Amino acid sequence: MYTQAMDIAAARGEDPAPGQVTDAGYQAEFDAKIDRGDFIEPKDWMPEAYRRTLVRQISQHAHSEIVGMLPEGNWIGRAPTLERKAILLAKVQDEGGHGLYLYAAAETLGVSRDTLVEALHAGRAKYSSIFNYPTLTWADVGVIGWLVDGAAIMNQIPLCRCSYGPYARAMIRVCREESFHQRQGYDLLLAMMSGTAAQRDMVQDAVNRWWWPALMMFGPHDAQSLNSGDSTRWGIKRITNDELRQKFVDATIPQAKLLGVTVPDPDLRWNEARGAHDVGAIDWDEFWSVVNGNGPCNQERLAARIRAWEEGAWVREAAMAHAAKSEARAAGGR
Amino acid sequence: MDRREWPLWEVFIRSRNGLDHKHCGSLHAPDARLALQSARDVYTRRQEGTSIWVVRAEHIVASDPDAKAELFDPAADKIYRHPTFYVLPDDVNHM
Repeated sequence: MYTQAMDIAAARGEDPAPGQVTDAGYQAEFDAKIDRGDFIEPKDWMPEAYRRTLVRQISQHAHSEIVGMLPEGNWIGRAPTLERKAILLAKVQDEGGHGLYLYAAAETLGVSRDTLVEALHAGRAKYSSIFNYPTLTWADVGVIGWLVDGAAIMNQIPLCRCSYGPYARAMIRVCREESFHQRQGYDLLLAMMSGTAAQRDMVQDAVNRWWWPALMMFGPHDAQSLNSGDSTRWGIKRITNDELRQKFVDATIPQAKLLGVTVPDPDLRWNEARGAHDVGAIDWDEFWSVVNGNGPCNQERLAARIRAWEEGAWVREAAMAHAAKSEARAAGGR
Repeated sequence: MDRREWPLWEVFIRSRNGLDHKHCGSLHAPDARLALQSARDVYTRRQEGTSIWVVRAEHIVASDPDAKAELFDPAADKIYRHPTFYVLPDDVNHM
């Protein structure tokens, strides 16, 4: 799953100034690699600002995957059939896996996993604001798969070509697995739409609640997205927020029609001249309010992560103690 | 109390017999047994592998990127190491 535009912290001025380039030769070589479309690998020289941007983006992406397990995990115990339960378990397990791929990619930049997790728990690192909305009914599970994972895929496909090798490789694996997530969601919704009127209403209600937050996942409009310049120059960001959002809307509206639901946007129109949909105004006040901690579930999500981390501490410690003891025994120090 | 982070392991997977093990990522685990178990859970959920290697990341010795030129450039001008360097008569050029 994922993410919204990752440039939020920098756009809000929370990021320290870019580091000084100390070696013009290295910088020239780095620039040439980027211009040629070559990958940058972990031990290659890179500008400090490039490294820092990647650490922030990849770790926030990883946090999003892990926090993203919570809204859907909420429904594992209440899935309507054993088959749906097995599917949801597999999906949530995938999200955990995606988080691990991404933490591993971030660690290649010389930052420890614990440091990243602590930044999340202390509120210094963000995760996608989409996960601060509650999952009220079973239809939410389907809509998350269809819209939220659908938006995530749009965002993530260009990242498979990003300039940092470990991130690009992690994203290829993530994208390969993500397609099932979107399809199972749509499949679940199709089943509900062929059910009772109450079930169809449930689907429409879920779409009404998730549509705008899903559009916000692409981040602020290009004109407000201050950090995009560097990310674009460095080959981290290949397509702008607004372009991705447009692609998502154009792909999704026909799917909504087939499903038999509407999206809650009275201004949505097909624009013949542009060959694309025009979309109504997005409520950016809501977006920033959720990003800044005031969404419906911000406190609950973070508290759940911190609790899991703290309650798991004895397991991590015991496993290390056991490993040390076994090693000592094997060495004959019994 | 041991508050150290679990060590980092690099994971290599053989996708099917007949192919090499290939690096696919890394993970944290306290010992080899759990590293293998986690590698199985994290990297082979869709039958991606028939065999797993895990190696402590600190045991891998890597070449220095700054030595790339002296290590690898000398091979660039030895084109006579490639079969296409030799132009043979048409009748035997499939050799």
